[in-house]
Amino acid sequence: MKLSHESIEVNAGLMIVLTLIAISIGGLVEIVPLYYIQDTIEKVDGVRPYTPLEQRGRDIYIREGCYTCHSQMIRPFRDEHMRYGHYSLAAESKYDHPFQWGSKRTGPDLARVGRKYSNAWHTQHLANPRSVVPESIMPNYPWLLEHELDYSDIADRMRALKVVGVPYSDTEEEYLANVDEFGPAMAELLDIHRAEESLLAQAQSEDWDGDRTRLTEMDALVAYLQVLGTMVDFSKYDEGYFAEFR
Amino acid sequence: MAEQHQQGKAVQTTGHAWDGDLQEFNNPLPRWWLWSFYATAVFALIYWIWYPAWPIADSFTKGIGSVTFERNGEEVTTHWNTRAELIEEMQRGSETLKQQAYLEKVAAASYDEIVNDADMMAFTRSLGKVLFADNCAACHGVGGMPAQIGQFPNLIDDAWLWGGEFEQIQQTIVGGRNGFMPAFGEVLDDRQVDQLAHYVLSLSGGNVDADKAAAGRILFQGQEGGCHYCHTASGKGLESQGAANLTDAIWTVADVPGATDDRGRIDAVRKVIANGVQRQMPGWSERLDPTQIKLLSIYVQSLGG
Repeated sequence: MKLSHESIEVNAGLMIVLTLIAISIGGLVEIVPLYYIQDTIEKVDGVRPYTPLEQRGRDIYIREGCYTCHSQMIRPFRDEHMRYGHYSLAAESKYDHPFQWGSKRTGPDLARVGRKYSNAWHTQHLANPRSVVPESIMPNYPWLLEHELDYSDIADRMRALKVVGVPYSDTEEEYLANVDEFGPAMAELLDIHRAEESLLAQAQSEDWDGDRTRLTEMDALVAYLQVLGTMVDFSKYDEGYFAEFR
Repeated sequence: MAEQHQQGKAVQTTGHAWDGDLQEFNNPLPRWWLWSFYATAVFALIYWIWYPAWPIADSFTKGIGSVTFERNGEEVTTHWNTRAELIEEMQRGSETLKQQAYLEKVAAASYDEIVNDADMMAFTRSLGKVLFADNCAACHGVGGMPAQIGQFPNLIDDAWLWGGEFEQIQQTIVGGRNGFMPAFGEVLDDRQVDQLAHYVLSLSGGNVDADKAAAGRILFQGQEGGCHYCHTASGKGLESQGAANLTDAIWTVADVPGATDDRGRIDAVRKVIANGVQRQMPGWSERLDPTQIKLLSIYVQSLGG
């Protein structure tokens, strides 16, 4: 059979097979290299998995749909650089599941919001944005201050993330590997068996939501927001270094 | 129409006939469509050659486009990529260079020189406004006036908790500030807090009960309240502690202007004395460079004077 335009068009089965092949090439060329091209992920110090408290905050961030208005990806353009800070690195979201990149911004990008504002500001702003920014169109999230934080399943959440490659430690061996990579203090926070106690300790380490006597969802969310974009010390690298990974 | 086509020999049908006489023409594609299609294919070829495109083994085709920028004093040329393009633009983009000329001038000048130079001040005002909007306005409000009296200081009055000289404002922006007053509700009883509130309001000429204010004065100036340690015996405050001047009519924490009667004004002050003040401003030295902070210091100072 001659493989002409006409014979493809009148033969539905053949057309389906050839269409699948054409689309697959496009997909495979884009996806497969991501699994083995390692030199596009920058080698930088400081990037670590989220602590149990930060991870619960991240879950709440996703639950409330913050990502529908806020991206966490600063692009390498001068205007974004001037407004938000250094562009996001691939390495900075390597422990993010799911990642929070995006290009639709109804609110500002949050990739480097960590430590930009005080805990008190975040708490007040989340509960009632217009009490600090009158022109804001962000909804109020007052229940974050009312809901006690449920952390009973934090160990399971960490185990689930471990399955997709986040190095939370379950065994002594993994714990020691984390001590080497992230230091002893951080390795303890990343240990699944100590998850609840480290979550409570971090909740007490700072006055996240203005009330230390209660552990609320606001505590967790503010702890998460305050770590965003703060892990890499950019003063240690020259800009040309990052261009090597492209 | 159909008949015309059937008369020409070029037009064929797909060979099917439905309902006896319903046939489907098999005309060639329109020329404009075909040429657009070829053009997209050519565009793709150029794109593949010019830009990084195809993955090969553990690398990819880098394309023949290139970007040149300066790295540690040396010229570096690399294949086209957005990161290198950004570096190049931040080094020699036309807008960058225009701004750079001013930034260097401002960086080298003293505060007095900048303030007395109309050109540099125009630049400071325009860039300062943008920097303020991106970094400061979330707390201090657009234009320097926060949405509410309380958590974040107003910058458009001429009262400065931590000092209003350029160098002092610069220090505030660089290192941030922790504004702290203990919660006196924990050590004084309600009656004493009330007396103190009367005295504090009397300092700025408020209409208060003289007896209560006199009792409050003893607490303020004595060991028990100890207010004078930070606010000083005269009540004028201490910039090194960020302690507010209580003798002017400017209120940075207590919402006295928002109260409609004397009782409301007393209550506003009582609330602050009882709960204390915990205000924290982050430091900006890691986010902004020294010249940007210098510009902001002048801009912020110009808001209040």
